[in-house]
Amino acid sequence: MSMIQGATGDWEVVIGLEVHAQVSSKAKLFSGASTEFGAEPNTQVSFIDAAMPGMLPVINGKCVEQAVRTGLGLNAKINLYSVFDRKNYFYPDLPQGYQISQYLQPVVGEGRVTVDLADGSAREVGITRLHLEQDAGKSLHDQHPSMTMVDLNRSGVALMEIVSEPDMRSSEEAGAYLAKLRSILRYLGTCDGNMQEGSMRADVNVSVRRPGEAFGTRCEIKNVNSIRFVKQAIEYEARRQVDVLEDGGTIDQETRLYDTDRGVTRAMRTKEEAHDYRYFPDPDLLPLELDPNWVEAIKQSLPELPDQKKARFEKDFGLSPYDADVLVAEKENAEFYEQVVATADPKLAANWVITELFGALNKAGRGIDDSPVSAEALAGLIVRITDNTISGRIAKEVFEIMFETGKPADAIIEEKGLKQVTDTGAIEAMVDEVIAANPDKVADVKAGKDKLIGWFVGQVMKASQGKANPQMVNDLLKAKLLG
Amino acid sequence: MSLDKATVLRVARLARLKVRQDRLEPLAAELNNILGWVEQLNEVDTDDVPPMTSVVSMKLRWRDDDVTDGGAVDDVLANAPEGENGFFAVPKVVE
Amino acid sequence: MAGLTDLTIAEARDKLTAGEVSARELTEAHIAAVEAARPLNAFITETPERALAQAEASDARRRSGEAGVMEGVPVGIKDLFCTKGVLTTAGSHILDGFVPPYESTVTANLWKAGAVMLGKCNMDEFAMGSSNETSYYGPVENPWRRPGDNRSIVPGGSSGGSVAAVAARIALGATGTDTGGSIRQPASFAGVVGLKPTYGRCSRFGAVAFASSLDQPGPITRTVRDAAIMLRGMAGFDPMDSTSVDTPVPDYEAALTGDISGLKVGIPKEYRMDGMPAEIEALWKQGIEWLKAAGAEIRDISLPHTKYALPTYYIVAPAEASSNLARYDGVRYGLRIPGNDLTEMYENTRAEGFGTEVQRRVMIGTYVLSAGYYDAYYLKAQKLRTLIARDFETAFEEIDVLLTPTAPSAAFGVGEKSDDPIAMYLNDVFTVPASMAGLPGISVPAGLADDGLPLGLQLIGRAFDEETVLRVAGVLEEAAVFDRRPENWWATK
Repeated sequence: MSMIQGATGDWEVVIGLEVHAQVSSKAKLFSGASTEFGAEPNTQVSFIDAAMPGMLPVINGKCVEQAVRTGLGLNAKINLYSVFDRKNYFYPDLPQGYQISQYLQPVVGEGRVTVDLADGSAREVGITRLHLEQDAGKSLHDQHPSMTMVDLNRSGVALMEIVSEPDMRSSEEAGAYLAKLRSILRYLGTCDGNMQEGSMRADVNVSVRRPGEAFGTRCEIKNVNSIRFVKQAIEYEARRQVDVLEDGGTIDQETRLYDTDRGVTRAMRTKEEAHDYRYFPDPDLLPLELDPNWVEAIKQSLPELPDQKKARFEKDFGLSPYDADVLVAEKENAEFYEQVVATADPKLAANWVITELFGALNKAGRGIDDSPVSAEALAGLIVRITDNTISGRIAKEVFEIMFETGKPADAIIEEKGLKQVTDTGAIEAMVDEVIAANPDKVADVKAGKDKLIGWFVGQVMKASQGKANPQMVNDLLKAKLLG
Repeated sequence: MSLDKATVLRVARLARLKVRQDRLEPLAAELNNILGWVEQLNEVDTDDVPPMTSVVSMKLRWRDDDVTDGGAVDDVLANAPEGENGFFAVPKVVE
Repeated sequence: MAGLTDLTIAEARDKLTAGEVSARELTEAHIAAVEAARPLNAFITETPERALAQAEASDARRRSGEAGVMEGVPVGIKDLFCTKGVLTTAGSHILDGFVPPYESTVTANLWKAGAVMLGKCNMDEFAMGSSNETSYYGPVENPWRRPGDNRSIVPGGSSGGSVAAVAARIALGATGTDTGGSIRQPASFAGVVGLKPTYGRCSRFGAVAFASSLDQPGPITRTVRDAAIMLRGMAGFDPMDSTSVDTPVPDYEAALTGDISGLKVGIPKEYRMDGMPAEIEALWKQGIEWLKAAGAEIRDISLPHTKYALPTYYIVAPAEASSNLARYDGVRYGLRIPGNDLTEMYENTRAEGFGTEVQRRVMIGTYVLSAGYYDAYYLKAQKLRTLIARDFETAFEEIDVLLTPTAPSAAFGVGEKSDDPIAMYLNDVFTVPASMAGLPGISVPAGLADDGLPLGLQLIGRAFDEETVLRVAGVLEEAAVFDRRPENWWATK
């Protein structure tokens, strides 16, 4: 939906995202408490995270490294000097009464991400900045009739806030950007990208305008936790804004929430203008200064990222851009594929991974990590196709058994006697048998109905229970009937 | 810059301090008195002066990414005015 | 054994080492003195059982041949330091009933060095005050009174309980914290030695924060030697404090050579302020003469931005405090005053829990950081701070130490200045500049004012040069022969 059709003409939607990605680290940003997901309430809380009197922050170097690694992965400028500020506001799950964040001087500056769209086109999305900050705890409003319960396990966990430019023009682009960002972070190992567990959340800024005009007033939809919801929220919000404007109304700059049950956005009760965060440099911390050599060393250690990998898959393996894109989107898939092509034909492998394996996994509701068919096993199967041990059709049969039993292809081929018959004598005998049994069809062929050859092939294959080499059957039939 | 009652009220709200209506005016006067006194700093030209970031000349030290803390829910909750089942409890927040 | 409370830390150490007295005896004598001195209101919490247990453990350690630098020495702990299992209030109602499940680094260091805790000393609420009148637990009385006048005198602040305890000889030493003068000014008011070390020398971990970029723990003692001993027991690198400096702790006592010949002492002309009482001026001159007589070279120097230090301080400190005190919200510890909703609970709790001066500073701090005012106030103040620090840097290129008065007056009567915040703030006019630059400063009792109350002189040194500061302080102390002590009026009450 590049344009929204309104009653009074077309509208363009303008979208920018602020993504909060949890840094992959064992301990929190400023304390030694664990970041593990799903623990009992308040069991992963240090006195620092609970903001007990006199407690002081000491920064976790790993989190800095992860932020820098991410910045480098986003082709962004690394700021060798950055500052931690306090963002002051009161909330029960913010024990200090302030969040330690980076305001004027973030650790990472401008960068860019290339987003591939379904129609094969690509779009560049600018990254404004990336900064490190503390996560808040969790307020649970449904545990007690009159009280809100507070769990501080997340309090102080390191987040990277990644702010994009308002460069997206449709929900599809925003979804694709988020998917791409997630993919890059997972490749880098700086965020696990687990959106169900809240490892990535997005604040979505949406505005609409007439094409070519200045940006409209934006609304910020807070804390959306899936790519699907981001897209839905944008579509709803853009339409809402168009309706308001076309009715002669104006958009209030406000913070909204996406109600996933009802599929609508609604204004938050606490108005944004009530906030005055009173940012100032945290006097408990010194400025963060990075050694350029250290940054360079991280740069040298970056893994191959999705864009590079995609290009390599196209170039080295002759894959189509679409296939390459599908394979590189998830790091684990790409790794799986690369293990398969270590011994198997690349194009065949791409087809098998994308169509058969992903299809079967999808149906079984399983991920690549617990695929019953290992990369090695799949490669073993594909090799049996290329060395003519089995036909592609038999291979599908074998694959189904592999997926169910976890047995290797060779064992199944052996056990079930599925090995392709390539013995000319044996095939010829079957061919002769079929010719002898169908004199009328033989006559038709000889009368010029060449296409019936295919029928004969089918009959021979059937007689061989699919095991005869189809090419050989074809050649023999042609020789005997047409030759 | 002079604070009026409305500003005092706004600042008190930001600081989460309840101020009685009859205290607003005297408080505004007190704060204006102090702010008027600190305004003498405007006599000094600081255009080219960098703000102090720290009096200690050292680099920010980093801790290792090791889990060394936590697992003390009883200690964490020991001083809580209200709480149950391992949670802190506050009056219900509606959002 | 009344004489035991008259000992200095150094003398007590010698007697303990010689086996002439046990830590238990020394502690018992002090516990009795603390009880007898309750009219001073120097302690918020007394911990006699704990003191005795620590004393016995100390005696046992000594018997097995181990002895730390503060072995067996009974001290008071400013109630800003969190002490595991012992009520810690910061002098505030808002920390009602707060018992920390952890120990501050400074107190942990002291216990490791063998010290014994008599209790938690009274203080201005959250260390905001110069007279100890802002404490929720009531004002502390200065053991000193004007001769022939039994009106109550303030001990200064914010470490008022600590200086009162040391001056009244109910503790051999006490910890203090100094943000803008909270060790040095009360030390001057109570006729004791108060040392604010270089920012970063003593850990702030576990000390309730007032203004993080300024707060610095330090010792309060009756002699310069004792300050040297006690600082060694408190100081040290702490990985839990990002502003703690990783540099070795020297044997400060060894620096007390008494030799300052050739040392260059700066006299900053800007400290000669309009309306300065003649007795302060005279004492300062006397101090100059003493140091000159001891062989020091006196240099007149200029610290041009001195007069801006105090107003700068009253932007920076409240700004940081407004944020540091946001955690007192009635959710996780301390006082909670219910309300109809969360916001009302916050507002009720904080309005009830914080006293007038704390609320005033939180308001100022909130205002100067708020949208539209940050640059005009906070940023401006941090720039001034750079200029103030540069003044000192320039001065220390040609001098080794600065000599100034500690406070612009002697102690005043309870209630005399509590209605005028700025008049109260002016108490710190001579101590704040060194705080803004993070430099070490010490107040040494040097004489009596015309009204018979003690006066101190201040020495300011280079960063991490506590040794020179202590050495010169030792010379000053020897020359001043400050052997006066407050009369014990409280025990007869």
